[in-house]
Amino acid sequence: MTTDDGRRTTDHRPQTTNYGRQAVRAGWGVAPTFEPNLPRRKVMGMVWEGVALLAILLGIAMLLTLLVKVFVDGLPYLRPQLFTEFPSRFPDKAGLRSALQGSIWLMVMTALLSFPLGVGAGIYLEEFAPKNALTRFIEINVANLAGVPSIIYGLLGLGLFVRGLGLGRSLLAGVLTMTLVILPIIIVSTREALRAVPASIREAALALGASRWEMVRDHVLVYSMGGILTGMILALSRAIGETAPLITIGALTYIAFDLRGPLDIFTVLPIQIFNWVSMPQEAFHRLAAAGIIVLLALLLTMNALAIWLRNRLQKRW
Amino acid sequence: MEQIALELHNLRVYYGNFLAIKDVNLSIPRNQITAIIGPSGVGKSTLLRAINRMNELVPGCRTEGEIIFDGRNIYDPKVDPAEIRRRIGMVFQKPNPFPKSIYENIAWGLRINGFRESRAQMDEAVEGALRAAALWDEVKDKLHQSGLSLSGGQQQRLCIARVIALQPEVILLDEPASALDPIATLKIEELMRELKRDYTLVIVTHNMQQAARVSDYTAMMMLTGEGERSGTVIEFDRTKVIFTNPRDKRTEDYVTGRFG
Repeated sequence: MTTDDGRRTTDHRPQTTNYGRQAVRAGWGVAPTFEPNLPRRKVMGMVWEGVALLAILLGIAMLLTLLVKVFVDGLPYLRPQLFTEFPSRFPDKAGLRSALQGSIWLMVMTALLSFPLGVGAGIYLEEFAPKNALTRFIEINVANLAGVPSIIYGLLGLGLFVRGLGLGRSLLAGVLTMTLVILPIIIVSTREALRAVPASIREAALALGASRWEMVRDHVLVYSMGGILTGMILALSRAIGETAPLITIGALTYIAFDLRGPLDIFTVLPIQIFNWVSMPQEAFHRLAAAGIIVLLALLLTMNALAIWLRNRLQKRW
Repeated sequence: MEQIALELHNLRVYYGNFLAIKDVNLSIPRNQITAIIGPSGVGKSTLLRAINRMNELVPGCRTEGEIIFDGRNIYDPKVDPAEIRRRIGMVFQKPNPFPKSIYENIAWGLRINGFRESRAQMDEAVEGALRAAALWDEVKDKLHQSGLSLSGGQQQRLCIARVIALQPEVILLDEPASALDPIATLKIEELMRELKRDYTLVIVTHNMQQAARVSDYTAMMMLTGEGERSGTVIEFDRTKVIFTNPRDKRTEDYVTGRFG
């Protein structure tokens, strides 16, 4: 090959391909040449794979450290007294009996209240509401409410339930506040579950002379129940870890009696854990770790239940 | 000519401001199979869905004109679409059985429409519908299995049985065999010929041979009007005439496969 100034050189560029020769024959201009440079591309691929792996390893390492630390600290205190004793000034006598009761009652009552409200609102918005500017406005706002910091709900609960309705720092005020926190999540997840039922099933029902409600009751709702319950449980597992709104409405940290009814004052696991962590004595920190294990176990159980329900009730189309 | 089951007068269907179907006038004969043919996007399904008021489930859809059925205009404000849909049943393009048992697929429609009879009579009604849809022998031993466990062709016959159980007068079929293999298609076609003794059938089909094989009458649709955007029926006659001696040049071109 000859350069412009007449020197002969060797051409190290890759050979023109068949495609290139064809391009020249067809009069498409200059034949394209390719420089695959595979080794460099492979190296880059490996580098990025490594970066991604590092990212996940970092996350896992932190989680493991946390778990190991919590279990090492907490396991000795994970004994029957933890569940049977009330809180105490003496770490050896302290337990989270009242906090566990409070958490469980709060969960059950919040579930009973928020399920019909949230699922009902989701059904109305998705299946019955006319599609106009007002409903679109409501839909956008419901979705936005799901992202509002929970302490805002605490302030609302304090004004509305604790003071306005005069419920005081009762379990009922906590339940109502927590219902507000998770309602938007339930509404959004219910609507998603309903939307997953294909239009062809709705058409089939309506074409048989069904009313809209009959279609929803016997088909759409039945087939989406797995998704609705999954969303419900995930919302509740968020509620069980919430502390801020309950502190705002004045849930106490020291309760030394069994919960007798919805108008009793109450406390919950995260508040009890927070209280123990803020104590100076090392033993209380270990108690807190044991409390975290209990809370984690509750959370994992609920999430496992959600996954099981989803797999069991899920419809394939 | 036979008795008339449905009369369409100046039927227009709009999607928003878009005129999808323009001035359709059609008299659909009773106990006959009427095929609606025409190129894609011409509004065949829209026309079919106007007949049992399924169109109004589409937001922004508006229908003008009249469809006279049993002496009444089905678009009269006093008429409940649910009642119309029971009496004018519909089978869809893709089989859509409910994910419930075969038995329940049929019993549900009966129950919501007020079939308040004994368990034995319900069993009888389910069996009758399955027999009429030529499905009984294949499913009689597994009535409590899911409708989704059946093959595509069986699912489509289950959907037909579900409609027959309600004793409708008219059955609308929207390309009922287009998702099925040739053997299942043949079974559906045989079934349609059986059913026309008791019902009036209207079928939308893309398949010229199918229209020629099963239908007695054929309505040919084409795009017309401003910018050729609105579909209408350009020719309606006995199927034999449409396929051998059509009056309209466009029909001839279409049925002989020159376009579409």
